Amino acid sequence: MKLLAIDTSGDACSAALIFDNSIEQRLEIAPRRHGERILMLMQALLDEAELQVIDLDALAFGCGPGSFTGVRMATAVIQGAAFAANLPVVAISTLAALAQGQFRRGGQRHVLTALDARMGEVYWGCFTIDNNDLAVSCAAERVCAPSQVALPKRADWFGVGSGFNAYAPELSSVIGHSLHGIDPFAHCEAQDVAVLAAAAFDAGQYVSAEGAMPVYLRDQVTRCQ
Amino acid sequence: MRVLGIETSCDETGIAIYDGERGLLADAVYSQTAIHAQYGGVVPELASRDHIRKTLPLIRQVLDHAELTATQIDGVAFTAGPGLIGALLVGAALGRSLAWSWNVPAIGVHHMEGHLLAPLLETPAPNFPFVALLVSGGHTQLIDVQAIGRYRLLGESVDDAAGEAFDKTAKILGLPYPGGPELAKLAERGDATRFRFPRPMTDRPGLNFSFSGLKTFALNTLQQELPSAIDAEQTRADIARAFEDAVVDTLVIKCRRALRETGHRRLILAGGVSANQRLRERMNAAISAERGEVFYPRPLFCTDNGAMIAFAGWHRLTAGQYESLQFTPRARWQLMDLPPV
Ligand SMILES: Nc1ncnc2c1ncn2[C@@H]1O[C@H](COP(=O)(O)OP(=O)(O)OP(=O)(O)O)[C@@H](O)[C@H]1O
Ligand SMILES: [Mg+2]
Repeated sequence: MKLLAIDTSGDACSAALIFDNSIEQRLEIAPRRHGERILMLMQALLDEAELQVIDLDALAFGCGPGSFTGVRMATAVIQGAAFAANLPVVAISTLAALAQGQFRRGGQRHVLTALDARMGEVYWGCFTIDNNDLAVSCAAERVCAPSQVALPKRADWFGVGSGFNAYAPELSSVIGHSLHGIDPFAHCEAQDVAVLAAAAFDAGQYVSAEGAMPVYLRDQVTRCQ
Repeated sequence: MRVLGIETSCDETGIAIYDGERGLLADAVYSQTAIHAQYGGVVPELASRDHIRKTLPLIRQVLDHAELTATQIDGVAFTAGPGLIGALLVGAALGRSLAWSWNVPAIGVHHMEGHLLAPLLETPAPNFPFVALLVSGGHTQLIDVQAIGRYRLLGESVDDAAGEAFDKTAKILGLPYPGGPELAKLAERGDATRFRFPRPMTDRPGLNFSFSGLKTFALNTLQQELPSAIDAEQTRADIARAFEDAVVDTLVIKCRRALRETGHRRLILAGGVSANQRLRERMNAAISAERGEVFYPRPLFCTDNGAMIAFAGWHRLTAGQYESLQFTPRARWQLMDLPPV
């Protein structure tokens, strides 16, 4: 399996390459400078592995939610690269990748993800790590006020993402009793996108370049729609 | 060299292929007008969301139409500014990545250089040097063009662009967005003698413009006349006509002045407003009376399109200019800051 994944959904900008069961990642914190860096990171990974884009089996990207501009950038980069090299694309939720990253770092198998969505809202997801060590969503991802987040019944969730920083008091008053820890500073990383994407690709869950689309969650972007 | 051009700076997705030997091989524009009409103007986030849906399918369509395979493209040009940053980013990211994956050079094109060179896609094409009048939704500029990339600003609008004035006045007259072409249509039924609007900044030397006063003039005239008007629709048409005449006259006066000051014989018009029929007629008459020549793009290439980006990109790529492995579009970017080829 040779798969290249990227994420530009937040302040971090990262690319990861799965090649021969090993994974390499390049990550930079580069707010508003993703356009200067992302293709360089992708190229560096390929150079190191002595691969070209056309040698890959698939491309993957963090499709959102996150910064609208950021997820569109990842989408556009992957659309272009996939179209030119005629490669399939796997779109991975940034919330799922965030949960996968928490499992990688801390081993937690029940992860709540909350990203600061501004305007008094969070992008919200609930994930369980399955027997294959992959994050699986256990409730539809949504954008809502912190007071509205839904929590499947369990008592030992771990919370991750910027939402736990931006709305700490609100979230803690709603779900604090079910949380045994939080990491409000973690961000989505391409290596976790890659791990989920490799499994999804094996399961046939991929699209063509044109099928690669962002997932915003927030669809109300004008006042009088 | 064969170049794929990508334009996504505002509310049109434009894709085209320009071949140095065979000319334009394919061109397609998808307009988002219907999406923004209900808001009375372009909603940037909606524009970006639509570009990401439309750009790649349009690229495939254009390649198919030209019966080209990917390996027959030698370079990619994308609009890198000025424009809406989110919209620009879609075309820039896609175009730069496409070129990377194809392993061909890419170039970020200045949107106004695209407009400015569009008349060169026609036959006969103007030779350098010439004076360019860029009249679009965001710009009204007179430029002394010595060659590609050798631009000297002669004058520009100190407030609203001509297209912007058209659109705002159209709104005042109750016309649907985008108002420029609608206003021009209404003006055809207008009586040119009923109202006379000022010709701003023509009574003093210089090549700058000011159009924001005209929309206020239109508003005041409308408010004065409507209550007593027997035929409100006719009054609107008469105001549209008076407005259009004032803009056209002003542009003609300044262009004539610019030709005299530079000593050039050739004038080119480009940008959305250069599609205006009355402007073309009066400009032709005025400039040919002075033994000058005027050049325009075909109406389709006056407004935003991919052909002008492919063409401008082709010129720069064949001159050996290209981007490093990055895309950094800019919302603001002065034409005069471009390097010569
Ligand atoms: N027939 C016409 N008469 C008058 N104005 C017109 C006509 N056709 C188009 N326009 C005007 O042209 C403008 C659109 O042109 P264009 O697409 O070149 O501008 P833009 O891309 O929005 O701005 P810029 O190129 O400066 O970034 C609009 O303001 C529109 O009203
Ligand atoms: Mg334009």
